[in-house]
Amino acid sequence: MNNYNHSVSLDLPKCKGCTTCLKRCPTEAIRIREGHAVINSERCVGCGECIKVCPYKAKRAVVDDLSILNNYKYKIALPAPSLYGQFDNMDNIGYIIKGLHDIGFDDVFEVACAAELVSAYTRMYISRNDIKKPVISSACPAITRMISINYPDLCENILPLLPPVDIAAFLAREKTKEIHPELKDEDIGIIFISPCPAKVSYVKNNMAGDRNFIDATVSVRDVYFALLDVMKKGKDPDESTGAGMIGIGWASTGGESTAIFNERYLAADGIENCIRVLDQIDNEDINNLDFVELNACNGGCVGGAMTVANPYIAQARLQILKRYLPVSPNRPSSDYIPKSFFTSNEIKYTPMSPLSSDIKEARRMLSDIESIAKSLPQIDCGSCGAPTCMAFAEDIVKGETTADECTVIMRRMFHEHLEKYKDKTVFDKLKPSKSDK
Amino acid sequence: MSEAVNFHFDVDGENFSSAGAASANVKKKLRQLGLSPEVIRKVSIAMYEGEINMVIHANGGTADVNVDDDYVTIILADTGPGIPNIELAMQEGYSTARDNIRALGFGAGMGLPNMKKYSDEMDVQTEIGVGTTITMKVKID
Repeated sequence: MNNYNHSVSLDLPKCKGCTTCLKRCPTEAIRIREGHAVINSERCVGCGECIKVCPYKAKRAVVDDLSILNNYKYKIALPAPSLYGQFDNMDNIGYIIKGLHDIGFDDVFEVACAAELVSAYTRMYISRNDIKKPVISSACPAITRMISINYPDLCENILPLLPPVDIAAFLAREKTKEIHPELKDEDIGIIFISPCPAKVSYVKNNMAGDRNFIDATVSVRDVYFALLDVMKKGKDPDESTGAGMIGIGWASTGGESTAIFNERYLAADGIENCIRVLDQIDNEDINNLDFVELNACNGGCVGGAMTVANPYIAQARLQILKRYLPVSPNRPSSDYIPKSFFTSNEIKYTPMSPLSSDIKEARRMLSDIESIAKSLPQIDCGSCGAPTCMAFAEDIVKGETTADECTVIMRRMFHEHLEKYKDKTVFDKLKPSKSDK
Repeated sequence: MSEAVNFHFDVDGENFSSAGAASANVKKKLRQLGLSPEVIRKVSIAMYEGEINMVIHANGGTADVNVDDDYVTIILADTGPGIPNIELAMQEGYSTARDNIRALGFGAGMGLPNMKKYSDEMDVQTEIGVGTTITMKVKID
């Protein structure tokens, strides 16, 4: 059993109980119950697919509102590099930095800058020969959670360094306390501008352990609209980015990998592709890899559920924005990895609960599931509220639903019933009668 | 002894991209039973290798998995060409896979050796031109 707070809210009247999110959830965490979608937290990895695919916009990421800025005396923005790819016709990241000041932030600490440090330390870490390879990136929280639930043997492959956002939060706090010794801890608000709800859950579930320095998380989308109001083209912004090609590259798939300066890497995106890659690593069927970057969203972080732009368009814009930037202006100050960069909360195996704590009972239940599944139509239509006939059989055996929720079986029974009573009048009524012509 | 649970899979010989589907499925089911990660790992790797072998050499076959009080038993049966020299086939790195299969990253000659390594008992019945049936047992601790 694992405890997890997901970050998806449901607008009940908008949810039609259609099967779109049900079918697209990569961990079969969703069921339709009493006409609307319900998420099983134990199974949810927070990837945000259900938010992205909902045709009725009934699903939303639970994220802090921009008014959270009022809670702090000194507010620091931590923009994810994906924010920079949201704007059309913008040729200087300085406009965004300036804009963040204009919407009320006192300081900006770019996550892309911290990412360059993480890249440098990742290179150091990978060159060690006392570690388990391939090293898997710790940056995507949906992926690390997926590993913690389903891949016990891969937990120790995860890079034990904190993701860039946590490093940025830590460094921002240190820096602020140095420049403004008069500020109390609670005066400082470190606010992450996130492209995805998985990061919100990551903060909420305290997955960085005692290294959690983020006070609030707002969405790239909300900040984008706020910035549109204040960003003025024309005169040069008096701010500029402190990040380089490497840091900004982290926004899309392959950016983190290419920054390790080692061709023995694999970079994949899209949660289904990532699962296939993890399965193959788990089967020891990929050799000679040093590093694996997996992003749950298509295109990488630019594809997050809380962004505005199409991920591939955002990536194209980032390519142009980083064109004349230095490779990696943020360099580590030491030739060893400082302790503050390591996570204190290593990923541990926290499996889903078995069918029963008694293995004999679990075996009996699994046998029942197999035999019920065989009697089901195997069309995985989702009408019963479960994503597949197999999942429906599980739900029946667990006592969460009953077999008569299967519309195909019900229709068959209905026909048998009609046949038995030779009562065809219902069908006769449905046929167009000659008098209609 | 209480009732055992059985799973049956048809392994499609035509489709490389779906190879490994049965072992991934079994992994999920063994987790539902609450078996230890070590047992699940041994079963899934041994079965995965066997499944890939059936696709490469025998145009598919069937996989039957049985779980009782003491063992997870995997029976992989095919009607392929059979294994001419088992001793040779059991050696690490020995492979008869065609070049086009090696190009896909398979056929490294670790299939049977890994199956032996990850199972506690293994039995190979093979007849040239008739087929091969491999039974692997992994002990539940």
